[in-house]
Amino acid sequence: MSFFARFAQNRGALIGLIILFTIILMAILAPFLYPDSPWRMVQRPFLAPMEVEGFLLGTDTMGRDVAAGIMHGAWVSLLIGLVSTTVALIIGVPLGAIAGYYGGLIDDALMRFTEFFQTIPNFALAIVLVAIMQPSVTSIVLAIAIVSWPPVARLVRAEFMSLRHREYVEAARLVGQTNRTIILRQILPNTLSPIIVLASLMVATAILLESALSFLGLGDPNVMSWGYMIGAARTVIRQAWWLSFFPGVAILLTVLALNLVGEGLDDALNPKLARERS
Amino acid sequence: MNDETPVLSIRGLSLALPKGADRDYAVENVSYDVARGEIMCVVGESGSGKSMAANAVMGLLPKGVRPTAGELIFDGQDLLKLTEKQHRKLRGLRIGMIFQEPMTALNPLMRVGAQIAEVFEAHGRYSARERQARALALLEEVGIPQPDKAIRAYPFQLSGGQRQRVMIAMALALEPELLIADEPTTALDVTTQAQILALIRNLQKRRGMSVMFITHDFGVVAEVATRVCVMRYGQIVELGTASEVLENPRHDYTRALIEAIPSNIIPEARGGERPAPLLEVEGLNKVFRSRGGLFKAAREVRALDDVSFTLAPGETVGIVGESGSGKSTLGRCVVRLERPDSGTLSLSGTDFTTLKGEELRRQRWRVQMIFQDPYASLNPRTRVGYAIAQGPMANGVSRVQAMKQAGDLLDLVGLGAVAVDRFPHEFSGGQRQRIGIARALALNPELIVADEAVSALDVSIQAQILELLEDLKQKLSLSMLFITHDLRVAAQICDRIIVMQHGRIVEQGSAQDVFLSPKEAYTRELLEAIPGREQELQSA
Repeated sequence: MSFFARFAQNRGALIGLIILFTIILMAILAPFLYPDSPWRMVQRPFLAPMEVEGFLLGTDTMGRDVAAGIMHGAWVSLLIGLVSTTVALIIGVPLGAIAGYYGGLIDDALMRFTEFFQTIPNFALAIVLVAIMQPSVTSIVLAIAIVSWPPVARLVRAEFMSLRHREYVEAARLVGQTNRTIILRQILPNTLSPIIVLASLMVATAILLESALSFLGLGDPNVMSWGYMIGAARTVIRQAWWLSFFPGVAILLTVLALNLVGEGLDDALNPKLARERS
Repeated sequence: MNDETPVLSIRGLSLALPKGADRDYAVENVSYDVARGEIMCVVGESGSGKSMAANAVMGLLPKGVRPTAGELIFDGQDLLKLTEKQHRKLRGLRIGMIFQEPMTALNPLMRVGAQIAEVFEAHGRYSARERQARALALLEEVGIPQPDKAIRAYPFQLSGGQRQRVMIAMALALEPELLIADEPTTALDVTTQAQILALIRNLQKRRGMSVMFITHDFGVVAEVATRVCVMRYGQIVELGTASEVLENPRHDYTRALIEAIPSNIIPEARGGERPAPLLEVEGLNKVFRSRGGLFKAAREVRALDDVSFTLAPGETVGIVGESGSGKSTLGRCVVRLERPDSGTLSLSGTDFTTLKGEELRRQRWRVQMIFQDPYASLNPRTRVGYAIAQGPMANGVSRVQAMKQAGDLLDLVGLGAVAVDRFPHEFSGGQRQRIGIARALALNPELIVADEAVSALDVSIQAQILELLEDLKQKLSLSMLFITHDLRVAAQICDRIIVMQHGRIVEQGSAQDVFLSPKEAYTRELLEAIPGREQELQSA
C-alpha cells in the first residue's frame, strides 16, 4: 500500500490536509482577490460583517478590510510557523541525537547548554531577541526558532538514549557500521513519530508566538498577520467582536489542521500500525 | 463435602476474538474439570489460548474477547452470568491467582505486609492488627526467610523468587478453594523455579486446594501435574492424567511437544583432540560501577571475576548460569560491546581487548552475535534483506552484491529469498530469529556468540532453531559461544560446558563430564533443579 493511501486511511488527517490546502490557497490567491494592500483604509471603520456589500467580514477600527487582512495574513503566519519550526529542528535534532547517542561528557556539555536556554522564560527571550534585532519577519522567525529548539533536543536525546541500547542498534555496531550510519539509519528513523508530532505542535505554537509578539507591537510593521489583527482589536473586543473572532478562528483552524496532519503522518510512517489498519 | 463434584467445571466454552484477529475463536468448545485437590495443568505454546479460560474464570478477559457459548460452573453457579460486582467478591476470596511477572504484579511503592493486608481489607476482614498478624503467618507459610523483616520490605528489596512467594501469600490469604497459577515460574531461574514448584505442591497438599496451573513447559508439567490438558489453536488436543499424557501421548502434537523439549540430558560424546584454540580468554575482569550521587555511595558489581577459557575452531562452548552469573557480560565482552577492565581476549592471535575506535570497527566482522529477543533485535523500520546486507555493506561490499547475498542467506536459514523485501513485523518470533542468524552469518565470522538465542521461543520453535544451528554448524563448521540459562538446551548443542556463578567460572569441561559427573556442588544443584528430570531418568 502506498504511503498516501496509508495516510488517507486516517480520516482526520485527510480533513487536516484539506484545511491546510485551503489556507495555502488563500495565501496564494490573496494578491489576486485583494490586490490592494491590507493596510489601506477602504471603508468606514467598525462595519459589521455583511453590513456593506463587498465587505464580507466587516472593517476594523481604521476602516481596513478584515477579509483582506486574513487572506494576506495567512501567508505570513504559515511562513513563520513552518520556517521557524524547520530552523528549530535543524538545531535541536542533531544536538539531541549527539547528546543521546554518545552520552557521558558530550551529553553533559550539550545538555547544560540546552538548559541555559530553558531557564530563561521562552516568551521573555523572544521579546528581547526581536527587540534587539529590530522587528522583521526574519528576526521573528529566528527568535521563535531560538526559543523553541530545546524541547526538540531533549525529546530526541531521550529517544536516542532509550534506543541506543536496543539489540538492533548493538547488532549494527557489531557488523561494523559507523556511528554516523547508526545514528542516521538505525536510530533516527525510529524517533520520527514523536518528532513529527512535536513538530506539528511547534508550528502551531510558533504561529501563536508570532501572534503574541504582534499583539505586543513587536510584529513586522510591514506585513499584516493574524496576531497583529487580534492585538489591534483587543481594545474594542466588546464593541466589535468580529475583529478578533475571524483571525482567531483562522489560527485555530491552522493549528488544528497541522495537528491532524501530524498525527496522520505518524501513522503512515509507522510500518507496524500501517499493517494493523489494513 | 462431596469429593465427586469438581471445583470448577468448564463446559463447551467458546470465546470469540475481535474481527481481524488471526482466528475467530480464542478457545473453541473447550471442556475440562478441575477436581478437588488436584493440580490441573493447562499446557500449550504461545497463542494456544491456554490462559483464556483462566482469564474468563477470573473475569479478566482482554478487551474485545467475549464468551459466545458454554458455561463455567464454580460452586453451582455459572461464572459467565455473574455481574462484575458478584465476580469481584469471588476473586481473591474463593479463587486466587498468581501471575508470571512478580515484579509488575506487586505495587513497587507499598510494603509487602501492607499489600497482603490489603487483600483482607478489600474483603472487609479482620482488624488492622489482626491483618498484620495474618500477613506475617502467611509469609512464614510460603517460606520467606526472616518474615518479620520481609513484612516491612519493599518489593524491589526482594529477589524474584521471594516476590513470587509474596504473590502466592497474597493469593492464599483468604484460603481460596481454587488457585489459578499463570506461568508462575517462567520468569525465574531454574533453582528458584524448583523451589517455587515444590512450594506450590506442598501448599496444595496441606490445604487441599485445587490448582489450575498454566504453563508452556512440559518439564514443569512433569513436576506438578495430576492431570494435563494440552491445547493448540484454542482447542483441546489431549486431556488425561499426567502419567498417561507424559508416557503415552496419543496425539501427534503432544508427542511432538514432548519430544521438542531438549530432553536428552545425557549428551553424546563429541570431539576428541582439541586443536589450537581460536579464542583464548585469559583472566578477564569486569566491574560495573554505578555513578554515586551527592547522597548515595557508588555501587560496584563484579560481573566477571578472573574468567579464563579457550574455544577451539569448530567447537560449541556453552556458558550456563542463572541470572546475575555474569554469563551475558562475558558474551558482550567477547563481541566487544563491553570493554573488559583487565585480562586479554585474543581471537586467532589478534588481541581484541586493546582494539579501539576505527581499528575495532574494521575487525568487528570477525565475531558476530545472535541476540535473545527476536522482537528487539531487528530494526522495525528496516526491510529484512537490507538489515542483513548492512553488515557486508559496512565492510565495503557493494549494495547489489550484499543484497544478493542476503537473499542466499535467507534461503539458507529456511525463509526463502522472497523474504528480502518484507518488514520484521511480518514474521513470527521463530522466523525473526532465523533472520537474526542470517545477519550474524552475513559477514562470514570466525566466531558466533549466541546470547540466549532460543530462550524467548516456544519449545517446538526452539527445537527447530537448535536444529538449524546444528545444521549450520556442520555445513559451515561454525565456532560458537552459546550462552544459556537452560541446561537442557546446552546439553543438546554444546561440546564443552562452562558453569558460571557470581561472575566466576565454577566448573568447565566436556559436556559429558559436566552433565554426568559434575564435580562441584553448584553444578549438581543446577542439574537437580531441572524440571521433569526425575521423570526422564525413570523413563530413560
